[in-house]
Amino acid sequence: MPQTLAQKLVAAACGRSQVRPGEIVTCRVDLAMFHDSSGPRRLKPMLDELGAKIWDRDKVVLVIDHYVPEADDDARRIVRIARDWAAEQELPHVYDSQGICHVVVPQGGHIRPGMFCVGGDSHSPTGGAFGAYMFGIGATEMLGAVITGEIWLQVPHTFFMRWSGRLMHGVSAKDMMLSMLGRFGMNGGQYQAVEYCGEAVQALSIAERMTLCNMSAELGAQVGLVAPDDITRQWLRAHGAFDVQTEPWHSDEDAPGERHEFDASTLSPQVALPHSPANVRAVDDLEPTRIDVAYIGACTGAKLDDLRAAAQVLAGRRIADGVSLLVAPASVRDAQAAEREGILHLLREAGAVMLPSACGACAGYGAAIPEGSTVISSTARNFKGRMGAATAHVYLGSPYTVAASAACGRIADAREFLP
Amino acid sequence: MRVWKLPADVDTDQLVPGQAMKLELAGMASHCLQALRPEFARGVRAGDVIVAGPHFGIGSSREQAASVLVHLGVAAVIAPSYSGLYFRNAFNVGLLLLTCPQARLIEDGEAIAFNARAGRITRLGAGAAGGDLVCEPIPGFLLDMVEAGGLLPQLKKRLEKP
Repeated sequence: MPQTLAQKLVAAACGRSQVRPGEIVTCRVDLAMFHDSSGPRRLKPMLDELGAKIWDRDKVVLVIDHYVPEADDDARRIVRIARDWAAEQELPHVYDSQGICHVVVPQGGHIRPGMFCVGGDSHSPTGGAFGAYMFGIGATEMLGAVITGEIWLQVPHTFFMRWSGRLMHGVSAKDMMLSMLGRFGMNGGQYQAVEYCGEAVQALSIAERMTLCNMSAELGAQVGLVAPDDITRQWLRAHGAFDVQTEPWHSDEDAPGERHEFDASTLSPQVALPHSPANVRAVDDLEPTRIDVAYIGACTGAKLDDLRAAAQVLAGRRIADGVSLLVAPASVRDAQAAEREGILHLLREAGAVMLPSACGACAGYGAAIPEGSTVISSTARNFKGRMGAATAHVYLGSPYTVAASAACGRIADAREFLP
Repeated sequence: MRVWKLPADVDTDQLVPGQAMKLELAGMASHCLQALRPEFARGVRAGDVIVAGPHFGIGSSREQAASVLVHLGVAAVIAPSYSGLYFRNAFNVGLLLLTCPQARLIEDGEAIAFNARAGRITRLGAGAAGGDLVCEPIPGFLLDMVEAGGLLPQLKKRLEKP
C-alpha cells in the first residue's frame, strides 16, 4: 500500500510498518516543546498534584519567549515560575529570552526528519518544514505526554498542495499561504495533514518552508509538511544536527490524498484584511489603504530571510512620515546574523524601531499597537483584538509587503521597489 | 439548559483575550467573549449551552479557551465543526463538544436537552417540531475522559493504581 509522508511518520512513531487514515493510534513522542505561557506555569502544579515525573528530560525543550522581557508583575511571576522549575527539574534544554520557540528549537538542532514531536503552541506545525510530524497541543495534554511519553492520534488524510513554476521576486511563501487560506478558509485543513510540494516549494529556503508549515495552523491542519531534501540536510548540518536521514521521508508517488494545483509564477503579493487570515485579496485589488504601523515580527514573519526581504525593499529608503516601523527579529541568533549582514543597520537607517526577540505584539503580549490604528503585519493572525488593541485594523502580508507599505505609508506592492 | 447562540469562526482570542492570559482562570473567565457578547461572562448560568456556527475555537493552543467555559458552568458546546486543536483541548479539560450539522436551527435563548452517548439533541421549546437533532459520534475514550472531568483526573486515577 502506498503511503503518504504523514502516514510514514505516524507509522514509525507507533511502531508499525503502515497505518490507515482514520484509525486511532498511540505514538511515542521524540520531542516535547513548550514555553513559559503554556509550560511550567501549568505543568508544575499538575505534576505536583499527581506526584509524577517527566518521562525523559532529554526529550523536553523549554523556551521562555512569551512574557519576556517582563513588562509587569504578572509577567515576572510567570517567567519566574519557568526559570525556577527549569532549575529544579535540571532541564538540559532551556532557551531563555533567545527568541520564539518555533525558530529557536530548530536552530538548536532539536528537530530532524522522521521525528514525532508535540509543542505547547498552535504554531508547532512549523517543525514540519524539516520533515518531522509536529503539532500543537494544550497544557493538559502536554502533561499526559511528558508523564507517559505517548499521545493518541487519528491518522490524518493528506491534502497535497502542489506549486509549479517559480515565484516572482518580491513574492514569498507568505503570499502562497495567504492565497491558499483565501481559497480553503481557516478550517479548510480539517485537522488533516497538508503537504506542500512541487518545484516552487522545493526551491524555497528552509525559513520560507517554515513560514508555510507555521501557518498550516491557520489552515486548520494538524500538521504541515515539506519532504526533506538536500536543502534540509545542509541547513540542519549548519545548525548542529548531523547524521540526518532524509531518504525514507517522502510520500509515495501514488499515495492517497486530495491533490490541489497552484502556479507560483502568476502569484502576486497577497494581503489578509481585518479580521481574519482567510479574508484575502491580491494587493493589486486593494482600495488605497493608509497605514499607521508596520510590524515585522513573530515566528511567521521575522526570521533572517524575512529581515533580508524587508531590507531589500528599504535599502536606501526612508519610511513614510507618520508611519512607525517596528521590527522584532524572531530569534537572537537571527538578529545577530542580520546585524553582521548590515541588515539591522539598514533597517534602523530607514527609520525602524528594533524590539526584543520575543512573541511580543503578535499575541497582544506587548503594548506596541495603538488603539484605532491601521496595521500591516508579517504575523500569522489578525483576529479582532489579537494584537492587543480591540479597535486596531490589522492587515497581514509578507515582509516584502510590510516593508513596501512602511515606505509608502499605504499598503503597497514590493515588486515596484525591487529590481 | 439555556442556549447562548454565537456566530461562525469564534476564535480563541475571543474566548480568552491575549491580554487576559496572564491572569488566573477566574480572571480569564471574566473576559470570556467580552467583545462578542459582553453580557456572557456575568449572565451565563451553570448548565447553559453554547450553540455556535462552524469552526468554533480556531486559533491558539491555549486550552484556557475551553477551561473558562467549564469554569463558567457551560454544559456543552454544540457546533457543526471545531478547530481540531480546540476539540482535543476541550475533552482534555472536561468540556463536552457535540458536532451537530444542524446546529444553526437552534435559537438563542431556547431550552434544549441532550444525550451525549446517544448523540441526540432535543429542542424543548415551542416550534421545535421535526424531532431530535443528530450529532456525529464521539469516540468512547473521549466521552469517558469528559465524564471523568478531563485527562488530569484520569491520570490521577491511573497513577494511584498499585
